[in-house]
Amino acid sequence: MTTGTLTAGRTRFRLPRKQIPVLATLALLLVMYGIGVSQYSAFSNVQVIFNVFIDNGFLLVVAVGMTFVILTGGIDLSVGSVVAMTAMVSAALLQDGMPAALVLVIALLIGPTLGLLMGCVIHFFEIQPFIVTLAGMFFARGMCTFISGASIPITDGFWTSMSQERIGNPQGNFVSISVLIAFVVVVIAAYTLAYTRLGRNVYAIGGNPQSALLMGLPVGRTRIAVYTISGLCSAIGGILLSFYTLSGAPLIAVGMELDVIAAVVIGGTVLTGGAGYVFGTVLGVLVLGVIQTLITFDGSLNSWWTKIVIGGLLFAFILLQRLIGIRYK
Amino acid sequence: MNDTMSRYRTMMGHRLFWPAAVLFVMLAANTIYRPGFLSIELKDGHLYGTPIDILRLSAPLILVALGMTLVISTGGIDLSVGSLCAISGAIACMYISKQPDQNSVGVVVTALAMAMGVSLVLGAWNGVLVAVIGIQPIIATLILMVAGRGLAQLITEGQIITINSEPYRAIGLGHALTLPLAIFIALAAALLVAAFTRRTALGMIIESVGGNAVASRLAGIRSGRVIFLAYVISAACAAIAGFMMTANVSSADGNAAGLWVELDAILAVVIGGTSLAGGRFFLSGTIIGALIIQTLTTTVYAMDISPQTSLLFKAVVVIAVCLIQAPAFRARFGRRRRNAPPAANIADKPKEQVPA
Repeated sequence: MTTGTLTAGRTRFRLPRKQIPVLATLALLLVMYGIGVSQYSAFSNVQVIFNVFIDNGFLLVVAVGMTFVILTGGIDLSVGSVVAMTAMVSAALLQDGMPAALVLVIALLIGPTLGLLMGCVIHFFEIQPFIVTLAGMFFARGMCTFISGASIPITDGFWTSMSQERIGNPQGNFVSISVLIAFVVVVIAAYTLAYTRLGRNVYAIGGNPQSALLMGLPVGRTRIAVYTISGLCSAIGGILLSFYTLSGAPLIAVGMELDVIAAVVIGGTVLTGGAGYVFGTVLGVLVLGVIQTLITFDGSLNSWWTKIVIGGLLFAFILLQRLIGIRYK
Repeated sequence: MNDTMSRYRTMMGHRLFWPAAVLFVMLAANTIYRPGFLSIELKDGHLYGTPIDILRLSAPLILVALGMTLVISTGGIDLSVGSLCAISGAIACMYISKQPDQNSVGVVVTALAMAMGVSLVLGAWNGVLVAVIGIQPIIATLILMVAGRGLAQLITEGQIITINSEPYRAIGLGHALTLPLAIFIALAAALLVAAFTRRTALGMIIESVGGNAVASRLAGIRSGRVIFLAYVISAACAAIAGFMMTANVSSADGNAAGLWVELDAILAVVIGGTSLAGGRFFLSGTIIGALIIQTLTTTVYAMDISPQTSLLFKAVVVIAVCLIQAPAFRARFGRRRRNAPPAANIADKPKEQVPA
């Protein structure tokens, strides 16, 4: 079935296999942006792009964490609930009058702790990541309503100033602090994956866990680390979301894990692990953001089209990955 | 291993021992907490009472979980069942709401047939992605899970479609032989699936495909076809469950119908002793699992705890059940074998990917 294509590629120019999905995403993004600019005059405003980042900063951070997990061939379904739990815990603690700095520390510790626990269960007891993180998702979501059944507003000075601060020209184009934080996370993550030992271990495990083990790589430590990283990113995402909405609500970010997985996959990270880039994930989040913006600009399309388009894109990119896999493996 | 296993089996009698014991303990605890819990009374020729409610409310979950059991036993997973429930309910309600005579049986039958047809097509889509193209089941069905909610809302045009159709309402709230009709529908589906899988070779074939798809293909089983069939059956079960859910409230809500039912279904299957790794399935265990989950939900409601908080308990149950099933956990805490149900020990073998 696959042997016939082996010789076909020898003579013609070949794109590097690992870059094809990312390039496809980039092309898609440019086409979508082109459509937007040609259809709507206001679309070419730079602020439109900035708004995509402002509205999706938290999604970007969480997707970066998910990239680590998917690169090892795992999956983390708990991210949406952990985001909600972080926002909820922060809101509840602030309401009780705890100082903002302490709240930040506590909120940023919960996510990684849960991630660490899940990673340990996945590694030591060899239970599928899917089911362990599903339990984590249940747990975090249950905790949200356990804390409060209703939405808690945040009135803390630090939070409101973080929420309202505009960087750039306040009258012209600006971004929020969340966008800067998201960029810092992206840069750190990209550096970690590309230039550190941890990053190389992540790719090695995703490529082939048995070989990685035989090579003497710390498979267990790395696997636990990626779930901890994902937990940390979800916690940061939760803080950014609470900056964005200035509240914690028990049903916030329901279904976010699917958007995140979609963003990572559309960004070209291969679901079986071993190939993908943080840069691709940034593009994936941008694609989702631009789809939403296009649908908003159109006006006649309803928001549920977003889900259908995301589903369709998810399918197209998985198919693309699969085809590349068949052709080159 | 085998020796202790068989000794243990004779000791505890039956693989359903632990799920049944859990259900029994939960019912007992409820009865202590609320003495009237188990009382059933006859009113207007219908039986009423909490146990009957639990049976009626668990019917959709039993249906979804039956299909999920088959999918999981092929080594897959079907995340799209919740969306399928929403789609099937939305199509049926939409068609009925457009008809002049909503109470006509013919209209309802046509609506059900249309919705079932679409659901079977979507199930086939899942099946093709997994069995023919060879995409990981989690991801293949994730596509329909994401897009399916959008589709359901597209069908209902973002509205909650309310209908006024007695025959349709009967699917969820009707009675027969003093019991809710939903119980009989779930029972019929269970018997049908059981007959097909346990009275024919299909069940064994499914288990062999789940155990090792490549090996069973080499042994002459058309693995792809079996896997495909499992997703179609799962979609059909989800469709019927969707009818029940929408009939219960006489309205279709693309957003809320069947929300998170896939997680409950997976939980029911796992509690029932079916290994998530595939290769072995217990339909009766799944039904008890579904009853346990519904009892848990009812208990949580009765105790005035927010239904969302019941997720906390579910999380604990999922992890506990999975740990008990996990070979690595049992190896580590091997002496405490008494606590472990005789779940599939096939799980410790690495799995081959589904053939393309």
